[in-house]
Amino acid sequence: MNTLNKIPCGKTVKVKKLTGEGPVKRRIMDMGITKGVDVFVRKVAPLGDPIEVTVRGYELSLRKADAQMIEVE
Amino acid sequence: MSVKIALAGNPNCGKTTLFNALTGSNQFVGNWPGVTVEKKEGKLKGHKDVVIMDLPGIYSLSPYTLEEVVARNYLIGERPDAILNIVDGTNIERNLYLSTQLMELGIPVVMAVNMIDVLEKNGDRIHIQELSKKLGCEVVEISALKGTGIKKAAEKAVGLARQNKAVVPVHEFSKEAELIIKKVEEKLTGIVEEQQKRFFAIKLLERDDKIGSQMERVPDVSTEIQEMENVFDDDTESVITNERYTYISSIIGSCVTKGSKEKLTTSDKIDRIVTNRWLALPIFAAVMFLVYYVSVTTVGTWATDWANDGVFGDGWSFFGISVPGVPVLVESALNAIGCADWLQALILDGIVAGVGAVLGFVPQMLVLFVFLAFLEACGYMARVAFIMDRIFRKFGLSGKSFIPMLIGSGCGVPGIMASRTIENDRDRKMTIMTTTFIPCGAKLPIIALIAGALFDGAWWVAPSAYFVGIAAIICSGIILKKTKMFAGDPAPFVMELPAYHMPTVGNVLRSMWERGSSFIKKAGTIILLSTIVLWFLMNFGWSDGSFGMLEAEQLDSSILAKIGSVIAPVFTPLGWGDWKMAVAAVTGLIAKENVVGTFGILFGFAEVAEDGAEIWGALAGSMTAVAAYSFLVFNLLCAPCFAAMGAIKREMNNAKWFWFAVGYQTLLAYVVSLCVYQIGTWITTGTFGIATAVACLLVIGFMYLLVRPYKESKTLHVNMKAMAGAK
Repeated sequence: MNTLNKIPCGKTVKVKKLTGEGPVKRRIMDMGITKGVDVFVRKVAPLGDPIEVTVRGYELSLRKADAQMIEVE
Repeated sequence: MSVKIALAGNPNCGKTTLFNALTGSNQFVGNWPGVTVEKKEGKLKGHKDVVIMDLPGIYSLSPYTLEEVVARNYLIGERPDAILNIVDGTNIERNLYLSTQLMELGIPVVMAVNMIDVLEKNGDRIHIQELSKKLGCEVVEISALKGTGIKKAAEKAVGLARQNKAVVPVHEFSKEAELIIKKVEEKLTGIVEEQQKRFFAIKLLERDDKIGSQMERVPDVSTEIQEMENVFDDDTESVITNERYTYISSIIGSCVTKGSKEKLTTSDKIDRIVTNRWLALPIFAAVMFLVYYVSVTTVGTWATDWANDGVFGDGWSFFGISVPGVPVLVESALNAIGCADWLQALILDGIVAGVGAVLGFVPQMLVLFVFLAFLEACGYMARVAFIMDRIFRKFGLSGKSFIPMLIGSGCGVPGIMASRTIENDRDRKMTIMTTTFIPCGAKLPIIALIAGALFDGAWWVAPSAYFVGIAAIICSGIILKKTKMFAGDPAPFVMELPAYHMPTVGNVLRSMWERGSSFIKKAGTIILLSTIVLWFLMNFGWSDGSFGMLEAEQLDSSILAKIGSVIAPVFTPLGWGDWKMAVAAVTGLIAKENVVGTFGILFGFAEVAEDGAEIWGALAGSMTAVAAYSFLVFNLLCAPCFAAMGAIKREMNNAKWFWFAVGYQTLLAYVVSLCVYQIGTWITTGTFGIATAVACLLVIGFMYLLVRPYKESKTLHVNMKAMAGAK
């Protein structure tokens, strides 16, 4: 099973499921990362974390620890 | 009839620009009751009876962030007559997510699709009739920056507000979800108004922990929640969020036509370089250097010197014409009317100097605020958080905390004010509390004095002072984020990186002015008052058996000296129980560089050099090196000067938090100095006493606070009553 934090830069993946609960999960979903959406991993910050992704046509940054909650295909 | 229109939308959608364009200079900036979220209200240009309320920028109406709770409470509790929902046309999918929530409130909505000029340039088109039909509200195309369409949008909103018609949302979720929502809505009959039913039903289904306080009675919906979770095999909150985005995805195809595909925009090109894996840090360093160099080293210093030494000093030169300073003018005026000496001194050294202490910081601050406003508006500030997050989040700070701390190494006052750029409430408070630990410019003379007098000018004293400051920030961050006051609120770092764009001069200047004037208004009083009080304590006392005003050299008979000798024993465990030290530390509250001058007077010199070279011998004779270092550490970490305290008060906007911050700083300073002196003396001389044991225990306790486990909270703690009570 793959999670978003393991996806290398430059790849597009489809979100399968979100694990976890509470504010972080809600926030991730509020920002548009929901089941079935395409996420493009754009880059990693200079210090290795967080990552920047393109979702629903805009740029979003999230920490790798949080990206681990996002299961992808 | 006067109407109220709420301006709602995502952060970075151009809401502030629109608000400024609609209201002009007719604005009132304040805070929402009980919280540190800024509240802006204004009157629509040309309509005295139309009030526009600028809600905080939000992505959703969830109960997890302060901004969202503030916006919700306003929308439900105050019920504006209409909502003007501003939507970023270049990022419409995510922006519509909030819109679907706003539609459910039962308040008429006008949607303003912003950045229409950018869309045209990209060749994209939004079909507003279709969008209007699918969302059940009027849609207007605008460009807040260029001013196109904003009048029409405002008029539509006013018209709708005056009609006072109930509205029903038209968007629909899947059949299964709608069925369950319907069931909950039925249970709400008689509890909430018809048109608000859907909003409350969904919030109840989402297990929203803050909605109960907005309702008279909370019906039990656990069976419906259970049903929904069984049908969709997910928690209800996620089900609803999914349903919203599914609906948006289903309509977006018919509402938006994209022009050219997959072309790199200018913003993408900039971002490729600016946050490039290898170039990001050097560029960041260069930007920070520029900000520091201009706002602290060069222009900032000139501005401060001009304000302090020129306008509030002896005078300054205006293209060769010498202009006398305010004190000089006031003095000659007072002399002319034959004012009594003591009153003259009060006015000059107390009041004028106090006002000067407030206003002296303003020019430098304005220079800094121009930079901050620019960095924020152009989109680079979000990248600062992106680049620095990894380092700062470990000790409970935001990546954006870097800027306040950098500026704080020049002067703590603008440093604290710079914390305004941090959105997250917890990160911001933590930054405000720790910024002044970094030695500011005014603390350098103290470092030079101690290094020169007791350490023979050793090279390591100054770097060690910075090291102490940084260590204090890191340790405080780790300790404080585990305390009840901070561990309370969740702070997910899921942040939008907005597209770069050029801010307008007007908006940058307006932001600069808002921040600058709020410092003068909110911080000014406390600075002025405390300066006057301390001036009185320093200049009045008992000489020749009678109470009266003293000469500057008679500081040792002042009220302050008396207070100093009473409180001095408190500092005995720190190694400097001499009243002179205590008095010097207290005068440091006016400005830290005063510490050196006070020593000069107390040791019998009317004037000393900046590093106090004249008194090195006397000082070295009165204390040990360890005690001197303890004194230095105390002055570095304890409550900052009055001006910085005023800035803390302004930014905390809450008396309890202000005292907590100042109290924490002073307590930390005391504990660290105690440990430095006691353990230092133990090592150097081998004496071990009760105080040494206490110091060792404190070190162990400190270690425990550093390593104890920590768990992030899942709910936002906010006093709903305080927020609602102060309407």
